[in-house]
Amino acid sequence: MDRASIDETIRNLIEPFNKKLVAITDATTFANDLEFDSLTVMDFVAAIEDEFDIIISMNQQAEIENFGQLIDAVVKIQGA
Amino acid sequence: MNEVTSVDTGDLFSKFDDLIQTRETLLSSGIEDPYNLVMEKVLSPTRAICNGRDTILLGTYNYMGMTFDPDVIEAGKDALEKFGSGTTGSRVLNGTYQGHKDCEDALIEFYGMDHAMVFATGYQANLGIISTIAGKGDYVVLDIDSHASIWDGCAMGNAEIVPFKHNDVEAMEKRLRRIPEGAKTLVVLEGVYSMLGDVAPLKEMVRIAKEHGAMVLVDEAHSMGFIGENGRGVCEEQGVMDDCDFIIGTFSKSVGTVGGFCVSNHPKFEIMRLVCRPYVFTASLPPSVVATAATSIRKLQHGSNKRAHLWENSKRLHAGLLDLGFSLGTDTPQSAIVAVIMPDLTQGAMMWEALLKEGLYVNLARPPATPANMTLLRCSLCAEHSAEEVETILGMFERAGKKVDII
Repeated sequence: MDRASIDETIRNLIEPFNKKLVAITDATTFANDLEFDSLTVMDFVAAIEDEFDIIISMNQQAEIENFGQLIDAVVKIQGA
Repeated sequence: MNEVTSVDTGDLFSKFDDLIQTRETLLSSGIEDPYNLVMEKVLSPTRAICNGRDTILLGTYNYMGMTFDPDVIEAGKDALEKFGSGTTGSRVLNGTYQGHKDCEDALIEFYGMDHAMVFATGYQANLGIISTIAGKGDYVVLDIDSHASIWDGCAMGNAEIVPFKHNDVEAMEKRLRRIPEGAKTLVVLEGVYSMLGDVAPLKEMVRIAKEHGAMVLVDEAHSMGFIGENGRGVCEEQGVMDDCDFIIGTFSKSVGTVGGFCVSNHPKFEIMRLVCRPYVFTASLPPSVVATAATSIRKLQHGSNKRAHLWENSKRLHAGLLDLGFSLGTDTPQSAIVAVIMPDLTQGAMMWEALLKEGLYVNLARPPATPANMTLLRCSLCAEHSAEEVETILGMFERAGKKVDII
């Protein structure tokens, strides 16, 4: 799957978690812009993991602050 | 109060400002500080003088009421006189006395395992074992509601950390399936989760972990002495003792003193004594502590009558609180912990204070210690609570609940 289709898939996955309908760009942050708490993060990460059949460990999550970094990480994990 | 905001920007404490503010707001309403209670006198495992009031204790981990057991006290006094007040040294240097070996022997007998290692606290047992065995390149798969000591062990060990949804067997299995081939994995579970008092489906989880070639560590802190035919915990009750690679426990709950341990059948387990930093780089427990622990553990083995009474207490309190209209953390009584869910922190603190004025102490638990940002009044029962005391407690809950308008 290329970056564009991964981007599109994750944009769909984030919808139910984007309660305040924040417009999402690569620079949108999960903690500040989307105001995700730790439980939301867990459910959102699980949705992505199930969709792509991958693991995004807590160590990898710690490096991800915004939407663009998330897409890059999934692209990288998928390619690995 | 404004001093907090007036300090210069170099203050490393500025990250705590929000918490300081929350506390000040809560306490400015005139409420008693739930995290600053002093017990002036302890009358028994179930009663103390708290902030000047005669109080029933329903928020201790003294599940089996061993703290005032005459044999336990005698063993402690004897060791204190014969071996002194402390060891002043590490277990691997001058800090292993005959009492430490005896305490480890008591654990080996209690669990029927080959090896036992005693730590200064249960926190250090999790910290030490997890961080030492799961290192860089290894995977730790753990329940998202795991205790702080488990998370801290993970953080210290540099392994890849993969959490799964609380008690969700399928979520755990999916993650195990996705771990790269050849990577070594530790699955970390708890018998009883202390916030809601719910029990893990260990039978299925341990089987699945083993099918995926993982090693399994189970923390039985809140089940030791009470759950299982011989009080060995949820692993025993669900018949998976033999498949657990490591069981972690504590002396600060049913055993009634302080300390932690790991028991294992792993043939190479003894090497942990040399490589586990939280074991090596700290002084060993005082002789009186290990003597009380060993005596208590041996008595817990034969505590089936007490176990039966504690179950009766747990069932009665759970049913009684449901009847009064409180919402509880579990649909059924699963352990000695009954968690009462509060609408929010303010009402929780008011209810806590109303109970204290009635003469009842419970734990006020709040985020981040609690799952799903809940505020809980956590009740933990003791085998020494009488049936009448449980009825008294229910009366106190009824009056306090009506006073603060929760029921």
